[in-house]
Amino acid sequence: MSLPPDLKSNFPLLSQTINGHQIVYLDSAASSQKPDVVIETMNDYYRTINANVHRGAYQIAAQATEAMEQARAKLATFIGARSANEIVFTKNATESFNLIARSWGGQNLGPNDVVLISDMEHHANIVPWQILAAEKGFELRWIPLTPDGHLDLSQLDRLLNGVKMVSVTAMSNVLGTLNPIREIADKAHSAGALMTVDGSQYVPHLPTDVMELGVDLLCFTGHKMCGPTGIGVLWGRAELLDAMPPFLGGGEMILDVRRDGFTPNELPHKFEAGTPPIAEIIGLGAAVDFLDSLGMNEVRQHEIDLTNYALRVLNDRYGEEITIHGPSSASERGGVLSIQYRDVHPHDLSQVLDQRGICIRAGHHCAKPLMRELGVGATARASLYVYNDQADIDALAESLAPAGELFAR
Amino acid sequence: MSGLEDLYKEIILDHYRSPRHRGELDSPPAHKAEGFNPLCGDEVLLTFALEDDVIQELLISGQGCSISQASASMMSAAVQGKSVEEVRKLTRQFKVMMSIHEESIGAEDPPSEDDKPFGLGDLEALKGVVKFPVRIKCATLSWNTLLTGLDELKV
Ligand SMILES: Cc1ncc(COP(=O)(O)O)c(C=O)c1O
Repeated sequence: MSLPPDLKSNFPLLSQTINGHQIVYLDSAASSQKPDVVIETMNDYYRTINANVHRGAYQIAAQATEAMEQARAKLATFIGARSANEIVFTKNATESFNLIARSWGGQNLGPNDVVLISDMEHHANIVPWQILAAEKGFELRWIPLTPDGHLDLSQLDRLLNGVKMVSVTAMSNVLGTLNPIREIADKAHSAGALMTVDGSQYVPHLPTDVMELGVDLLCFTGHKMCGPTGIGVLWGRAELLDAMPPFLGGGEMILDVRRDGFTPNELPHKFEAGTPPIAEIIGLGAAVDFLDSLGMNEVRQHEIDLTNYALRVLNDRYGEEITIHGPSSASERGGVLSIQYRDVHPHDLSQVLDQRGICIRAGHHCAKPLMRELGVGATARASLYVYNDQADIDALAESLAPAGELFAR
Repeated sequence: MSGLEDLYKEIILDHYRSPRHRGELDSPPAHKAEGFNPLCGDEVLLTFALEDDVIQELLISGQGCSISQASASMMSAAVQGKSVEEVRKLTRQFKVMMSIHEESIGAEDPPSEDDKPFGLGDLEALKGVVKFPVRIKCATLSWNTLLTGLDELKV
């Protein structure tokens, strides 16, 4: 089985032309496009059952609540969670990390503790820990990289000394590297640490089973998986989430409020203060249905095939003139290609590509420590998703040479 | 590829390919100013020698895209031998040219007729950048860096 060949037609934005060219969207690692079904589901919600959730006794309020809780159940199934109560809705992956740092970290970290992250983390999995470390005085430790863009786990046992939390990405948003999460989680647990995973680039692209990954907490974000912006997920083992104090306070997250204090609500509502982004949650549920209908194994296979094609086409055509950061085999990586072409600056490359309707990203991709490791200020990144095809790769490959003519020194 | 010629004028590409006044002066005695564009990682290091309020020499190092590098190179050519006051005026003019919302530039310090005498010369080639708003910061990086460097001298 493979993905339907006409998948692009499900994504209205992709029928546009930019500067007279059919748009070629190669920036899904930043945010994916949305299929009709997600857009329509959100519109339908507003048109037919828009009401605040929970508590309302009238019909549309009950329908809105039901639709939202169905979406929660879909997400639980999608990532192999044992219960929908383990799915906490947040604003995005960034908020999920801040929740973990504030709630779990605030309760459990002090001067002699260590949090272990890695040199390939997104700022979302760095800065919340740094903010907390400045208050609590714990050490933030970094797993280094190998020259070919993998985590260097040769010293992991030593690095784990004194660690209470390991928090690493399952897939790099710059290098595409897929990390051996199960192996790291097992070692973390043996060392008495908990394991958080950044699934922002993983959950949208590979079949995900939190039990098989053997982790304790998982963060991901809706807009990279065909869902809307403004909705993210924190998954955690129920017993762990139960033991964590609330993050934001307000309505919805309480069972009782008295003058002398409050009693937090049950999971997952304990972590969902205020009116939730109902339309976004329901939209994300539709995105999960859409991905399920494609099959995540098929999605992964499609991206392996296309990544292989891209690596072959770009390397064959440009040889020594091109560097593609990260692992050289598609089986070890996702469809994220950070490209250095001759000495053309990423900004200039993306500007030239934009004239041809090709959208790639130039910059540090919110991974400045990694940029320093790579010794570059920025990279030009092309990233793939379900709707991309070989023609998109061909358009990219065609357009590098003209950019080189303009800028190579 | 219509719009691109507006951005990448031949003279800009020339400054990018053969940047003028590259290097670093010993500092001290030379003054030093460093600037970053946090969005794209471009960085510029200016070292300049001042005598009697006149920039005797200014050298540029750092790395970045064609626009930031060309703008720095053109700036280096434009400011050699100019007084600090002249450089400030030139910078004001340049920033006015680079602004989409002219009124937002230095409200307390509006450009006056007085600012005209130099003209912008080659620098006019950078005008096309305004049509590509995300690149404006690239073009103004070295100028803002120089201004900050001069402010720190309190001259
Ligand atoms: C690996 C990784 N982690 C975290 C994030 C943060 O996602 P968001 O900005 O939606 O919170 C991103 C995307 O920007 C990412 O690529």
